[in-house]
Amino acid sequence: MFETFRIKAQAVGAEVHRAATGAAALDLVLAVLGREGVGEAPGERAVWCEGPILGPLVDREALVRRFPGLSFDVTREQSAGSRVGITEFDWALAATGTVAQDATDPRKRLASMLPETHVAVFPAARMLPDLDALLERIDPTKSRYIACVTGPSRTADIERVLTIGVHGPKKLVLIAVDGEMGVA
Amino acid sequence: MPVTELKDRISGALQDGTMGGALGRFNDAYLISRAKAYEGIDFEALRDQLVGLKGRAAAHLDELAEQFEEAATQAGAKVFRTADIAEAKAYLARLCKENGVQRIAKSKSMMTEEMHLNAFLAEQGIEVAETDLGEWIVQLAGQRPSHMVMPAIHLSKEQVAGIFSREVKAELAPDIPELVAVARRELRQKFLAADMGITGANVAVAETGTLVVVTNEGNARLVSTLPRIQVAVVGVEKLVERLADVGPILKALPRSATGQLLTSYVSMFTGPAPGADGQPKELHIILVDNRRSHMAADPRFAQALRCIRCASCVNVCPVYRLLGGHVFGGVYTGGIGAILAAWFDAMKASKDIQSLCIQCGACIPVCPTRIDIPDLIVELRRRLAAEEGHSFLQRAALKVVNDRRVFHGLLRAASKAQKPFAKKGMIRHLPFFLSGMTEHRSLPAIADVPFRDRFREIAQPAKTTEKAAFYAGCLIDFAYPDVGEAVVKVLNTAAVQVTFPEAQTCCGAPARYSGAFDVAAQNARDNVKALEDPEVRWVVSACPTCTVALRHELAATLRSEGQEDWAERADKLAHKVRDFSSLVKELVDAGRLSVEAAEGLPAVTYHDSCHLKRKLQAHEPPRALLGAAGFEIKEMRDSDVCCGMGGSYSLKFPEISAPILARKLENVKATGVGTVAMDCPGCMLQIGGGLDLAGSPAKVRHVAELIADKVRPSAGK
Repeated sequence: MFETFRIKAQAVGAEVHRAATGAAALDLVLAVLGREGVGEAPGERAVWCEGPILGPLVDREALVRRFPGLSFDVTREQSAGSRVGITEFDWALAATGTVAQDATDPRKRLASMLPETHVAVFPAARMLPDLDALLERIDPTKSRYIACVTGPSRTADIERVLTIGVHGPKKLVLIAVDGEMGVA
Repeated sequence: MPVTELKDRISGALQDGTMGGALGRFNDAYLISRAKAYEGIDFEALRDQLVGLKGRAAAHLDELAEQFEEAATQAGAKVFRTADIAEAKAYLARLCKENGVQRIAKSKSMMTEEMHLNAFLAEQGIEVAETDLGEWIVQLAGQRPSHMVMPAIHLSKEQVAGIFSREVKAELAPDIPELVAVARRELRQKFLAADMGITGANVAVAETGTLVVVTNEGNARLVSTLPRIQVAVVGVEKLVERLADVGPILKALPRSATGQLLTSYVSMFTGPAPGADGQPKELHIILVDNRRSHMAADPRFAQALRCIRCASCVNVCPVYRLLGGHVFGGVYTGGIGAILAAWFDAMKASKDIQSLCIQCGACIPVCPTRIDIPDLIVELRRRLAAEEGHSFLQRAALKVVNDRRVFHGLLRAASKAQKPFAKKGMIRHLPFFLSGMTEHRSLPAIADVPFRDRFREIAQPAKTTEKAAFYAGCLIDFAYPDVGEAVVKVLNTAAVQVTFPEAQTCCGAPARYSGAFDVAAQNARDNVKALEDPEVRWVVSACPTCTVALRHELAATLRSEGQEDWAERADKLAHKVRDFSSLVKELVDAGRLSVEAAEGLPAVTYHDSCHLKRKLQAHEPPRALLGAAGFEIKEMRDSDVCCGMGGSYSLKFPEISAPILARKLENVKATGVGTVAMDCPGCMLQIGGGLDLAGSPAKVRHVAELIADKVRPSAGK
């Protein structure tokens, strides 16, 4: 299923990685922060909405020293001024190259929709075949806001020319993490 | 609207080269991306699911609305249900006032278009920003969307650059990524500044009170998260019973709308989620009926509530491709737009829009919920005709067609009168008021001896056990009698005796398609009487429009007119009706007839006529017969796209018919062949006339003519 997921996600313009461990996933995230030139100026910052996968591995102080524009305090102002947002997702859907999360916590939405680059980390073990399978697993009375993301933000509203990044992220980096980590 | 004004708008759209080019390119690309998106999916099984779940929902709108209200309220939303769009607007105005709302950010909602909400809110002094890029463009341009999924498809990047330049007061280049970046920057401020966010919904789930919204740009996510108050304005037709029903809808919607497997974003809200500051916020759901319950109670039109607004029907429509949604559409575009306008607005609001449907049926096979749009448009015409009556001229014309003696007499007289204008069997110019008929194509000369008189000269095989009644239809009888002779020859070769019931009359299609059901019913009764000979095994026609009329429409017309006894007789007749190619293929397969391949025949191309392909599903038989006769078939591009004839449509809207024909002629030309084979005399008239007027050496031939001298009695018989 992962190969199908990779093909479908790449076909819609997502960057797909698979990390053997949480530590390897953390390295990938940090590489993205470095690559994207995260800095202190407004518009260059990064917001990190911690989750159960990478949360236990993150040394906040060390990371902020390394990336002074990085914040773990996800507010609308921080997110709007950020170049990179990092969140964790709960599921992936192979058939469409989609990642899905219970985004009831607004910080997950802010960090994943306002910055230009969105890094989504998810457990490889939570790969589902498709949306139908997801609908069987979610309980909307508990999950107030379910968000499914398939590739970066796109539009074709001017002359049918596909253009990436109209309101949401221009880049979507997907990191699947193997192991028991974060799997409820 | 007066006819002249509609004509002006049509001519304006046809002269808009930007729009025509954009729609044409989109139409071509759409077919490819849609096909690719559906690879590996059983479309018919998916349609079964959707027809089931949307049909059930439409049959229980009130119960589902009740259930939705309860579940969403339980989840903390405030639900306002109303039948009336004025009440919906008043609720929203009150909400804005009570909460000091000054700025609203909106993501796409067709229900709010239906309510003309933006204009209303502007009157209240509230600033509304559409945030879907296409919607924002048309909002800034002071226009309305011309397509349900791609609102600004009619505008070029140069026009968008002009519109944006005025908005940001800076000169912008027509560079698409740059224009999109401007929209991102400008609208980002609007998202962040808005006090209220309004979305629509693509699905509303009754059992859980969940709303599902799909977007590609991500604007609905921002609209539903950043402002302090969240509102969703939703039509009740979005209701489904269960959460699981969302799956099939989202399998079809993106694939059919844009050729995507899934949109970039799918958001599902159930009650209010905490706001951007982590504090609880308000979610108001305005659930609007606006005559949908009336529609659900109508046995004919209830099916239109299954529409999921994918717009695939307009994406394949040859008329939409030329005119766009400002002319061919209301709030909703294309043929479905005419139907929805008739219900959500008023019957007369659909009058102009519905008249533009050419009845080619291109939308039928692509609709994910199997809505028969052309059929519903005919029903609209019937009701409009019943309400408003037909114009004197149109009625007079139908009366003439209806009375076969008068009609035949007139045609024969015309045949004589047209002699001076006929050249090699084609008429290139008709004088005076008839000139519209020959502006874009030549017409076939009316035959000196009509088929009905020629038939008497053809001796029928005596020692046969089976009889077929031949139904000629007006064009074969008077313009293409050679086709009729070929049909008889082929059937005789299979040892089938052919009869020609003299009392047969017009098939009723012209009357039915223009809504004159009383006239069509008269045609139907006359034909039932003429053709219901118990000794006849088949009733065969070489005109697909007549075949469809005899096989599918006589009984339907009679039932609409409340003539059940006649309808039952028409049902019996319908079982015997066959189109020429399908019957001959049947006879060949049964070993009654063989087709012998001749050597050295020229290659041909085949044009699928609308009725044969989509109403009779006979795509294969004519090709099989041509192949067996030794013709190599060089397929043309879009062989099954309408030629622009559409019966009297080409007389009513010659300016639309002509460019549709021109595209067909280009596709024929690209094959480089000299013969265009087809099964329909109407298409022969249109395409043959177009080729003649263009000075093309290519000729049109009916399949019957091409195979008549290549059939042999089966040796094994």
